[in-house]
This record gives sequence, structure tokens and C-alpha cells, in this order.
Amino acid sequence: MAGLVSTIDGGQVSQSAATDSVALSFEDVSMVFPDGTRALDDINLTVSPGEFVTVVGPSGCGKSTLLRIASNLEQNTSGTCSIDRNSIGYVFQDATLMPWRTVRKNVELIAELHGIDKAKRAALADEAISLVGLNGFEEKYPRQLSGGMKMRASLARSLVLHPKVFLFDEPFGALDEITRERLNDELLNLFQLAGFAGLFITHSIAEAVYMSTKVLVMSARPGRIVASFDIPFAFPRTHDLRYQPEFAELCGQISHALRGAHA
Amino acid sequence: MSDTNMIPVDDVIPDKKNRISASDLLGPGIVFALFIALWYLLSKVILPKQKRFLLPTPNKVITQGFMVWHSGDRRGLQPILVSLWDSAKVALIGLAITIVIGMGLAVLMSTRRWLEQATWPYLVAVQSAPILALTPLIRALIDSTQTQRLLVVVLISIFPIVSNTLFGLLSAEKSQHELFTLQGASRWTRLTKLQFPAALPNIFVGLRISAGLAVIGAVVGDFYFRQGGVVGIGAQIDVYRSRLWGPELLTAILLASALGLVVFLFFGWLARRAIGKWHITNRGQ
Repeated sequence: MAGLVSTIDGGQVSQSAATDSVALSFEDVSMVFPDGTRALDDINLTVSPGEFVTVVGPSGCGKSTLLRIASNLEQNTSGTCSIDRNSIGYVFQDATLMPWRTVRKNVELIAELHGIDKAKRAALADEAISLVGLNGFEEKYPRQLSGGMKMRASLARSLVLHPKVFLFDEPFGALDEITRERLNDELLNLFQLAGFAGLFITHSIAEAVYMSTKVLVMSARPGRIVASFDIPFAFPRTHDLRYQPEFAELCGQISHALRGAHA
Repeated sequence: MSDTNMIPVDDVIPDKKNRISASDLLGPGIVFALFIALWYLLSKVILPKQKRFLLPTPNKVITQGFMVWHSGDRRGLQPILVSLWDSAKVALIGLAITIVIGMGLAVLMSTRRWLEQATWPYLVAVQSAPILALTPLIRALIDSTQTQRLLVVVLISIFPIVSNTLFGLLSAEKSQHELFTLQGASRWTRLTKLQFPAALPNIFVGLRISAGLAVIGAVVGDFYFRQGGVVGIGAQIDVYRSRLWGPELLTAILLASALGLVVFLFFGWLARRAIGKWHITNRGQ
């Protein structure tokens, strides 16, 4: 991970050497919208390769704004956010597929936008498609897919360029419970396989605990990190974990912290 | 972790096969029968006897209009078809010009909000102004009859293609745009790989409307702009009208309408070819 990292500093981008162990860091990041709304207050967090950090918080607390700052879709008003800008995978809340492209063409899109040639693109797409288990659906159009399969295609698209940092903006929020848990398992598999650094946003506590190495609890607006929980469960995690007393215990603690954050 | 491949995928929503059923033919058949019945009713019952020459019955139109090839001064199917072809050329060339100008304008308007706001009033004015009241001005400015006719076609047919294309170009979702922003896509890439494909369903709606209007524009333009030799179908209709040649008049009108129908169907077919695979239309059932 040694190498040049772009640093976004109060909207200014500068280059600085990255430390080996950190893929993404927020230092005293605050965000005030032009209308004066304080979205984020003094956020400090780091995500290292092989870490999966999840932020839970009430709706509208600014969780998504964190990701938008990290990916430079929005500029923070103060503080510093460091990230390898050339290696970000961003997974949106909805699948954001282009309805006029087949699954294969959708998965190829990001590689295509980066000017990668056709043969290489096809190989990368094939690899990503089989990683998410969409083999046999390459020539289908998004309207022919269920919600879960659309999300798989969306995941495959973000996997194509092998990003080192993944930003997930409540990607499974719109799915039914069963599909969601299945996709949780698949994403965990991918996480172990690729060893990326993940920053995941959700408002499901169980999803947060199941997926993460660390869970951060955010307060209502202005968003502030009010509690941090290390999740000790070993990988690979299986479905049974969801029904262990230790799992429920942690969920309870986080839920408690969230209630405090709401008050 | 090869077991990701083993996890069963969710159900795939099946494709509906398009089959022509009896009810698909029954509907148009019934409407056509009603249309012919109404025609007979008008020309045989409703119109007073001394005015019936204005609307000859369908059988008279067929025997005296469609089945006469050429008879004397401008009578018969042959001169009507020659005129129709002349107008069809004007309509199609005019439509091509409309598409290029209209889509170009829509692309420009989609890039800058002020440009969009500044342009709308003029487009609406062109859409609602009685173009034909401007014929003296058009004659004074342009010498060539052909150019005059094309100008009328463009003015009459441009609005739907501009408004629908623009609406389509602005219809891509915010998250789709952000996906392109995240990859540092250029404005051109965004236009060609996101906005234009997203706009296609709307563009085809605009094309179908504009195509119909182009035929109307060509026929109406013929009324006002004509020269010696071959004249357009509109001019031919005007001659039949003034001479009270009912069967020829109706034959010409029916064929002009048929031209509009053919153009309309063509763009419907083209739309299904181009976007039918991914674009869904919902009838609510």
C-alpha cells in the first residue's frame, strides 16, 4: 500500500505519502452545507486493508455524506480525508445499472470509462461476473433481473478494476431479508478473497455486526461518532453466528449506544 | 471461495413472448368496419341530397378514384401517386433536417440551463404560430419553391423532437450521473454513454410525432408553394377541391393519410428494433 495518496484537505487535493497500514482516513472532518446545516462534526476514523468498518446511525445523520466526501462527490468544509483516489469502488444504494446495457456491458462500464481495451475488459468482466455468481446471465438486461441479481451485477461492476478501498452506501437496504443475508455472505466471501478496505453504511445493526471488524455508531445531525465497537468474531463467518448469544449481546450494546445517540 | 458460484441465484423474471392473437386483429377490424359504416352513413343519410357530391361513398371512391389510372387533365391514380411521391420527398428531407437541427438544439439546451430557458419561448412560439400566415414573408425571403416547402416542414415539425429529446437527455438518474463523475468521465462521454441512450425512448416518441407533422407540413406547404410541372399532393388536393371532383379528392386525401401512417409505423418499428429489448412500456395490467 506504499505509494502516493491524494489528500482532500478542506476541498483542496494534495499528494502525500501513505502510511502502509491505512487505506482511508478521516481526520477532524466536518461538513457544513451551504444552507448552514451541520452534516458532520469532527469525524475521525481510519480503515486499513483487511478491515471492514461499518457506520450505523439514524436516517439523515450524514452517514452517506461520509462516503460522498471520501469519493470526492462532495467536499468537506474542514479537516482532512486521505484515500487512494485511483482505487475506489463505490456501491450505490440502488443498483444504478444502465437499463440499455446487458449485464456484461454494465459490468464492463467502469473499465470502459477508463479506456481499457475490449479484450481486457471482457476478461475482467467475466472474472467479476463469476465472483458474484451471475454466470449464465451475461446477456440479460437489468429489467429481466430480480433486485438481488441487480445488486450482484452492481457489485461485479465495482469489482472489475480491483479497487483497494470499497465504499458501500446501504447497498442492500432495499432487498428482502433472505436476499440480504445471502448477499451479506457473498460480500464477506469477496472481502476475504480480495482483502480490500471496506467502509460500509447501513441502518441494520445485525448486518453491521455480521459484516464488520469494527462498528461505529453515529449520532443524529450533526453526525458525530459516539461509540466504537470492535467485532471479535473470526472469519469465515457463517449464518449460525447470527444466532449466537455473543452476537445478540453485541447487537444489544450497539442498539443501546444508538438510542443514546438519538436522545 | 469458489462456493460463491454455488449459491443459487434468485428467480429470473421471464420474458414475455410477443404473439399475434385473434384479439389483436379483431380490434382493428371492428374499428375499420365502424369507420366504413360511418362513411356510408354520412354520404347516404346525413348529408342533404344536393350536398352528397362532397362525400362520395367508399365504392365510388374506389371505382372512380383508385381504379382509374390516368384520365385527361390530372385525373386518376397515376397523377395522384406522382404528386404523393413529390410531397413524400419534401416531407422526408424536411424531417431529416428537423431531426438534425432539433436534436442538436436539444443537446445544446441540455448543457446550460440559461440556454434552455432562453430558447423555450421561441420554440413554443414556432409551435403555436400560424406558420401559413407567414407565407408572404417566406416568399419574399426565399426564392426556391423547394426551400420554401422544406422550411414549412421544419417549422411545423421541430417542436416535438426538441422537447422530447431534451426531456430524455435530462432524465438520467442522479446516481447514474454520479457513477460517471466518480470515473472522471468527460462531458462527451457522459452525453454519448449515459444521456443519449437514456433519452432514446423519449427521442422515439418525439420522432413519431414529428414524422406525422412533417407529412402534414409537406401537404399544407403544397397549398401555398407550388410551381409549374409536378406539384405536391397538397396542390393536387386543392385542384380537386376547387373543381369539386369528389372521388379524386378523397383518393388523394386517403393516400396522403396513408403516407402519414406509413411514416408513423416505420418509426414505431424502428423504436422496437432499437430499444424494445430493454425498454418496457406498462399498460397497468
